[in-house]
Amino acid sequence: MIKVRQSTIIDAPVDTVWRLLRDFNGHESWHPAIATSAIEGGEPVDMVGAVRRFRLKDGGELREQLLSLSDRQRRLTYCLLEAPLPLMGYVATISLKPVTDGDRTFWEWSSEFHPPAERRDELVRLVTEGIYRTGFEAIRRLVGRAPVLGTLPLPSPAGGAGGRPAPQAVSFSHDEKADRAQVGALIPPPLTPPLKEEGDSVGAPGARTGDVVRLGAGVAESPSPLREGVRGGGTPAEGSDVSRQDRTRAIVVERHGGPEVLQPGEIALPPPGTGEVRVRHTAIGVNYIDVYCRTGYFDLLQPPGVPGMEAAGVVEALGPGVGDLAIGDRVAYAGPPLGAYCERANRPAGMLVGLSDDIADELAAAGLLKGVTASFLLHDVFAVRPGHVVLVHAAAGGVGQLLVQWARHLGATVIATTSSEAKARVVERLGAQHVLLYGRGADFASEVMRISGGRGADVVYDAVGKDTFAGSLVALGVRGHLVSFGQASGPVGDWDIGRFASKSVTVSRPNYGHFTDTPEKLGPHVARFFAAVRRGVVALDPPRRYALADAADAHRDLEARATTGSLVLVP
Amino acid sequence: MPKIFISTVIAAPAAEVWRVVRDFNGLPSWTPFVAESRIEQGAKADQIGCIRNFVLKDGGRIRERLLALSDYDLSCTYTILESPMGVSDYIATLALTPVTDGNATFASWQAEFDCAPEREAALVQQIGQGVFQAAFTALKQRFGR
Repeated sequence: MIKVRQSTIIDAPVDTVWRLLRDFNGHESWHPAIATSAIEGGEPVDMVGAVRRFRLKDGGELREQLLSLSDRQRRLTYCLLEAPLPLMGYVATISLKPVTDGDRTFWEWSSEFHPPAERRDELVRLVTEGIYRTGFEAIRRLVGRAPVLGTLPLPSPAGGAGGRPAPQAVSFSHDEKADRAQVGALIPPPLTPPLKEEGDSVGAPGARTGDVVRLGAGVAESPSPLREGVRGGGTPAEGSDVSRQDRTRAIVVERHGGPEVLQPGEIALPPPGTGEVRVRHTAIGVNYIDVYCRTGYFDLLQPPGVPGMEAAGVVEALGPGVGDLAIGDRVAYAGPPLGAYCERANRPAGMLVGLSDDIADELAAAGLLKGVTASFLLHDVFAVRPGHVVLVHAAAGGVGQLLVQWARHLGATVIATTSSEAKARVVERLGAQHVLLYGRGADFASEVMRISGGRGADVVYDAVGKDTFAGSLVALGVRGHLVSFGQASGPVGDWDIGRFASKSVTVSRPNYGHFTDTPEKLGPHVARFFAAVRRGVVALDPPRRYALADAADAHRDLEARATTGSLVLVP
Repeated sequence: MPKIFISTVIAAPAAEVWRVVRDFNGLPSWTPFVAESRIEQGAKADQIGCIRNFVLKDGGRIRERLLALSDYDLSCTYTILESPMGVSDYIATLALTPVTDGNATFASWQAEFDCAPEREAALVQQIGQGVFQAAFTALKQRFGR
């Protein structure tokens, strides 16, 4: 495989050049080598699939087909169908980019083909000089402003006698490119720059679909007969083992209580109902809210029941009326109804989030609920702006770590509290400007006042509850806002709101469900969280793993404040 | 989401330009607006995920995380973690492409980000001209013309 690449600068606006080049039959009017050309069947010149049949001035006749055309990228790709020369497998791309500095055009013309070895040099020369460079000059004469390449210092390209040979970018195998790619990181870049990999391949038309959530084909695509069979009448497909899987391993809470009530067992699993899909879990998130459900502090779990509201996995079966998911899709969810602590669960399809290839199952299972929570806490409950003083309690915990990183990204001064030196170091690494230890009688409220020069915090994110609530109120500035979103140390007790008037403070007690209980509410937070992960705004440590049967251990560690970051159960 | 695209042509081979711009900690050496720069946590400047922490000559401090670096594609992608500019979800890519005709370099620098709507025009101008174009102009001068 030979790869040929030529590029030049045309001193004309990119749209001027593109108007000429995007016409697949236009080469007749500008390329000196072309005598006549026509699109077969009289099809439009910008129809992908159009075939141009043309004759060279030396008599040879060729046919080429337009494979892709993008007005957005100003790029087109075509292949050779018939030619009098052995340019086997010839696929070429023309790509334009604006040079904003001077309103000029960068034009790259590249191709790949397999020539017979003995004619390689001859064919490379024909393509690079006879076609590409000749084409560059023709367009330059047509639209370029004089003087030719006035701003480029090095040799005039137009066949100047005695000029040194122009460099040609030619490589001879994919292996060589791979070698260069590997050593490139270890040694200084070579004097001759390595070739660029073409971003878009023409080899797999249709592989890129409009679906931006599920990247890549393959595992996500199930054979349609199976899918249709399952979707059809809502009955399990012939040959699939859905019908036999009427039970699943699960953690069952028979009564509210301590971690010991998390007992492994089995529960019945009916076929997915209307609007539901069955998800085979690959990782299950453990959240502090699961503790509240287990103890009965929240009345979300009525024994006997299965706790958990966050997991990632693979769609295993579709209930009636589910149209936009397929068996094999990677998905995740975060939120009620409960029941995630199990191997398989039926879930409402509308509340499932498709996972792209760059979001791992464990990251989604460990991070989705916390990430969505952090998203609405920082944007909806209170909108953090540059310059705000933000106090985050339990900053080494799951949501806390996200709040610290994200608030700092939003331009806030972040003051974090945590319970140990080790956790303080974690929080410092996340970017908190100030880290305070609580639990030693230290008065964090005074520290916040000192750090903020007496102004106090604009917002306090407090999921610790009883131990911190009073101090959080003291740490607030005038018209500050206290977000109480948990009570890991116990309920905050009764407060006379008359006392809030001294600083006009406001307090909110957000409930996850009220910000996320429809796809319309949930979607933007999921998108914002995944974007933040991709862009490195928030970095998540790999979660600590426990076997599903050891869910009680996970809860013990979580309640003992022995953990930093996230926990997952693995079925 | 505002997008910025700035590009130029530099009169030197791409590999030579790349040697200058690939150093994620090298802004003070080639841009006119950065006073000092360091890589946090003692990381290497070409270590993906490293954070550069630099101070502008006007005093502003910016922290940016290296998301991708390719000696093969001659490109570098990074995100802003912290800045005085009031942008969020900012991601930018600086890329070089050889211009075979003349042995020069096509350099492009693009970014997209979120910001308050009323600040969009000013930020596009400030980043596009005040940062990207200003740095390119300095590069062009450094390489002769």
